[in-house]
Amino acid sequence: MARTKYYQALTRAMREEMRRDENVMLMGIDVGGSGGIFAQTRGLYKEFGPSRVRDTPISENGFVSAAVGAAMTGLRPIVEIGFEDFLTCCVEPLVNQAAKLRYMLGGQVSVPLFLYTFGGGGVNAGPQHSQNLAAWFAHIPGLKVVTPSTPADVLGLVKSGIRDNNPVLCLLSKKLIGTSGDVVSEGEQFLLPIGTAEVKRVGRDVTIVANGQMVLQALEAAAILAGEGIEAEILDPRSISPLDVDAIVNSVRRTGRLLVVHEGYGAFGIGAEILAVVAERAHSALKVAPARLTGPFAPSPFTPSLEKRYIPDAAAIVEVASKLVAR
Amino acid sequence: MCEIREFELAASHHYKEGDLPGFIHLSLGQEACAAGACAALTDADYVASNHRGHGHCLAKGASPRLMMAELFAKKEGYGKGRGGSMHIADVSKGVLGANGIVGQSMGLGIGAALSLQVRRKSDCVVAFFGEGASSTGIAHEAMNMAAIWKLPVIFFCESNRYAELSPYSAHVSLETIAPRAASYGFPGVTINGEDVFEVYEAVHRAAERARNGLGSTLIEAKASRWHGHYEGDPQVYKTKEERDNPSTFDPVALFENRLAEAVGLNAEELKRIRDHAKATISEAVQWASSLSEPSPEAIYEDVYES
Repeated sequence: MARTKYYQALTRAMREEMRRDENVMLMGIDVGGSGGIFAQTRGLYKEFGPSRVRDTPISENGFVSAAVGAAMTGLRPIVEIGFEDFLTCCVEPLVNQAAKLRYMLGGQVSVPLFLYTFGGGGVNAGPQHSQNLAAWFAHIPGLKVVTPSTPADVLGLVKSGIRDNNPVLCLLSKKLIGTSGDVVSEGEQFLLPIGTAEVKRVGRDVTIVANGQMVLQALEAAAILAGEGIEAEILDPRSISPLDVDAIVNSVRRTGRLLVVHEGYGAFGIGAEILAVVAERAHSALKVAPARLTGPFAPSPFTPSLEKRYIPDAAAIVEVASKLVAR
Repeated sequence: MCEIREFELAASHHYKEGDLPGFIHLSLGQEACAAGACAALTDADYVASNHRGHGHCLAKGASPRLMMAELFAKKEGYGKGRGGSMHIADVSKGVLGANGIVGQSMGLGIGAALSLQVRRKSDCVVAFFGEGASSTGIAHEAMNMAAIWKLPVIFFCESNRYAELSPYSAHVSLETIAPRAASYGFPGVTINGEDVFEVYEAVHRAAERARNGLGSTLIEAKASRWHGHYEGDPQVYKTKEERDNPSTFDPVALFENRLAEAVGLNAEELKRIRDHAKATISEAVQWASSLSEPSPEAIYEDVYES
């Protein structure tokens, strides 16, 4: 095993896949010689050159549409969109083109497009640089959406996403960029299936479904809860679409209690979908009404003190989970 | 050209009869653009089309039968009957599809050109669009990227006097959009889009340029849209005279006259060509209308590739 950082796992995944398949290319704003705003593409331009590692102008609609056209005609483009909020500038080629072309064209084409971006809050980036839009894209048939929470998950899901013949959106957490974790050593293969959840901590009293940087908060909360005699099971769906419904339902059947924690807005969000699915599939297993802990229905404030309140944290998770178990 | 003309007339007729569901947008009056442009291309070249795409598909070699089956929403159609007129494609012939979102043909088109460049192929791409699409943001984005990267792509604007339900002047401030190419540093030309020879020559030149690594060309072909934006459009924005006499300019007739002059085809030979096209399309209609509907399970087919 090797110790690596979240962003370095991304770089390694791209490097390995570009070495493996010459049809994999990387495009986006500042992915080339600059090495990226978070150093996430460092070394790739030097190794693979300007044709396969391509700086784009600030034209998200245009270059994502171009990536779709390239994916239809033999390439496997990796696209970087610096901030998740900027996905609004390329919703069209993702939602109306990438997601639907295979279907509309009667299966004549594959669209092996892999897009990654950095989202979420915690760095005082303000309302246009802190959003989580996973639910928007998980709502669209034809797209896959993953939200890795550890360096190992980044490595495994990015590699699988690049090899996937469908368009895959990888929504990374900005706040996790500098976090470290163990991954397999260089030279060893590591892939993770898209659509498979992972139990990050086993527990019997309450199921806490958390994704992205909320996984770390949930694990911290679980340690505090354990001190109070409550054993929380932390389940990271890792993929929002497809969602590993079986894993969630199975966990809830064991614990009888469900709390969903995610960044982003609650209304019509990831938690709303998970609660609905559990109500449909395992209503009788629930001992108490399930709960959601999400960002408030308001833009993410720049104000450091307000943003701290805005994002669910371990203390908030402890509070809600304790109440669920006490009931 | 005759095949496109007959295909569009048949589509118009069967739409009026209620045989075809959904929306269709016809390219009557613009046959020379599709035929002339695609005549300059090979099977390995790509075209990215728009909502008015029947002509582009036919000219690039798509089968009238499978296209008509798609219009009739049958499972044998190019999109298994699920895409319809706006999404007809034959990728094996380099047709990346008609497309329902105005302007995206240019983004997808430069993407195909990027793919050719990265894979070191010497083929090229034609992205068809109209003067309406010339106002979209992606038109500028795509032309700018094509220029920066010297992509083998030809931006082919069919300026057909109307964008949806409004005249050219509501969409474009100058008489022609071709001069825009200067701001990207590649050639821009305005041609008569009703003259198939002129279209062929312009695209041939642009394709040579693209294949030799010299980059893009913007071609604006001036043409006329005989029908409405969509079939059933009452066209209140046109004068009565124009509505009643759509075929004042007829690229097929012009082509026939030129053929008679250039290679001495006589009236009988020309009629034989027209009759052949008519028979081909009529047979396609007959076949397509006899097919069965997709099964209910087809709703979930091809959403994801496993």
